[in-house]
Amino acid sequence: MRICAQATEAELTQALADFGAIPQVEDVRSPEEGLVMLRGRIGGDGAAFNAGEATVTRAVIRLEDGTLGYSYLLGRSRTKARLAAIIDALGQNEDRRAQLRTCLIEPVTQRRSAETKARNEETAATRVNFFTVVRGED
Amino acid sequence: MYVAVKGGEAAIEAAHKLLAKERRGDASVLELTTDQIREQLSLAVNRVMSEGSLYDPDLAALAIKQARGDLIEAIFLARAYRTTLPRFGYSEPANTSAMAIRRRISATYKDLPGGQVLGPTFDYTHRLLDPSLAGEGNFPAVEKTETGDAEVSPHVAALLNNEGLIEENLPQNPDADVSDLTRGALEFPADRDLRLQALARGDEGFLLALGYSTQLGFGRTHPFAGEIRMGEVEVSFVPEELGFEVPLGEVTLTECEMVTQFAGSADAAPQFTRGYGLVFGHSERKAMAMALVDRSLRTAEFGEDVVAPAQDAEFVLSHADNIQATGFVEHLKLPHYVDFQAELVLLRQLRAEWEAERGKTDGASPKEAAE
Amino acid sequence: MKPPAISPAFHDVSRQSQAVFRAIMQAMAQPGRTGLLDTGFETPAPLAPGAAAILLTLADFETPLWLDATLSASPATTDYLRFHTGASLVSDPQSAAFALIADAERAPPLTAFSQGTPDYPDRSTTLVFQVGSLDGQDWRLAGPGIKGETVFGVSPLPAGFMQQLQENNACAPLGVDVLFASQTRIAAIPRSTRIMEAR
Repeated sequence: MRICAQATEAELTQALADFGAIPQVEDVRSPEEGLVMLRGRIGGDGAAFNAGEATVTRAVIRLEDGTLGYSYLLGRSRTKARLAAIIDALGQNEDRRAQLRTCLIEPVTQRRSAETKARNEETAATRVNFFTVVRGED
Repeated sequence: MYVAVKGGEAAIEAAHKLLAKERRGDASVLELTTDQIREQLSLAVNRVMSEGSLYDPDLAALAIKQARGDLIEAIFLARAYRTTLPRFGYSEPANTSAMAIRRRISATYKDLPGGQVLGPTFDYTHRLLDPSLAGEGNFPAVEKTETGDAEVSPHVAALLNNEGLIEENLPQNPDADVSDLTRGALEFPADRDLRLQALARGDEGFLLALGYSTQLGFGRTHPFAGEIRMGEVEVSFVPEELGFEVPLGEVTLTECEMVTQFAGSADAAPQFTRGYGLVFGHSERKAMAMALVDRSLRTAEFGEDVVAPAQDAEFVLSHADNIQATGFVEHLKLPHYVDFQAELVLLRQLRAEWEAERGKTDGASPKEAAE
Repeated sequence: MKPPAISPAFHDVSRQSQAVFRAIMQAMAQPGRTGLLDTGFETPAPLAPGAAAILLTLADFETPLWLDATLSASPATTDYLRFHTGASLVSDPQSAAFALIADAERAPPLTAFSQGTPDYPDRSTTLVFQVGSLDGQDWRLAGPGIKGETVFGVSPLPAGFMQQLQENNACAPLGVDVLFASQTRIAAIPRSTRIMEAR
């Protein structure tokens, strides 16, 4: 489920295209937009408080074999929510999970780590290296 | 008093068409896309998300376009939109110590575990207008520095805790109810969780002015920016039907912890106290102002006297919401013909009484009448 | 890890739930008048589509739901409602925002449910009775939303239910609001309605 949250809609579409034959899919809960109230912690580590809401889209599908697939994703893409639910259902089967590894998990993880590396390097370039200027005698 | 007035439908419809034309501006200039707004006016988008209390950059960009750049109008649109959606539940509290940091500074310690990184900041710019941006902007190549795995960046306040010089945050009780002002009316006294929720969606300008007032002496707290950090945090949610945590994705947050003096009281030793700010997106000024006002509103908690506006929770929280404020101020534009007629009648009567009274006393005091 | 098969509910959530909401609102606004519910979906027995449509529309994770013994004995029903509404199921009728009763003849008294508080009379329980027929002529109803009087009746119901409704009306603004759902239709008797025996 984390990989679907990190993937783009295009990546999920591509993954399912690469996956090959997919069992028939029935919508148990059609993709639906809603809200989740995001919480923070007072002082970063104290008691919880409500910081504000975020749009979230969810979907539940069922494969022919009865496997249910769920998704809850930030944003308002119904297409993405449905794709993610299908992938969640497929991933519950050992063989299909191996297949998902090559067509989804690896490409997304690669893109993410390249992006993270670039961002970390850009950020690191703005790191302040303090030095002390000695003043006066001694 | 509200009285229904009919008429003006045609005028309203024509006015809205005219608004649409004005929004578009000179048709020979390319139309702005919401993608452009989201990517290039991202701080405006962040403000709409934080005060609209709705994390969705695409929606905020659309709202800004529709509102012709009037951010309070855009915030109004975001708030209106959210009321049409069902709520699925509450997220797990975001763990800001696991933030993928893009900016982190401290004004209290220079050497921090994890270091200080400036990130994309206006600080230290010369505030000189850049004419090159008026044309097709060429941005300079970004510098990069090789780096290993991201270092752990603990919250700065934790560093002071070793000596017991800073107040500790109350341990969290997972069963305790978290107040939610979108579900119940704001009531006083308001607990800190409710106050922080109200401040997080409060007007940046209002909180900025209040925070400033505490610096200038109206409820002095002598604050230091203990830490400001900005970056991405994964948020997750436990759906009722699954019963386990599901990652929803990442949000950008700005967090600020102010460290302030506390002289101590009969019961408590002198120590540093804390004010906290947490805001959607990169919204540093807002996070800092929020942290200042959060600390001010804790006045009573520390047994200090409430002497300044920023320390008065009822005053601050009742007026921080710019949608409530703009609604009440702008409603004065609406027809008040009947109210005004009533006032007019009253005033005429008062005037007649006053003149009758003056007629009686005219002879007695001509000087007064001349005034 | 996953719950067993759950059948789909509304296929177009926003439109269908809006249509059902409208039907509920009309029913509450015009007590004793029946309206149609959008019920183009299947429900696990003993849950009937009419009552299900009402709960799918009104209940969510913030509205605790109480089910009678018949319904709570059916895991398919409790899974279905929990999944589609997100509502938590409660055993204490006083803490319920909504209550669903399938075995109407053995329904607990109306006073077993939350009656609201003088400051917040809206915090009372809204009851949904799953019934066979809304076409009875046992009662005369009067009050807000009714021009003069109207004739109405529901079956099956517990003995002495009319008296319960009368007592409920006498407590207004406190008291419960009652919705009746047949397979596909809805009617309501809110706490503001006066009930008399038909002539």
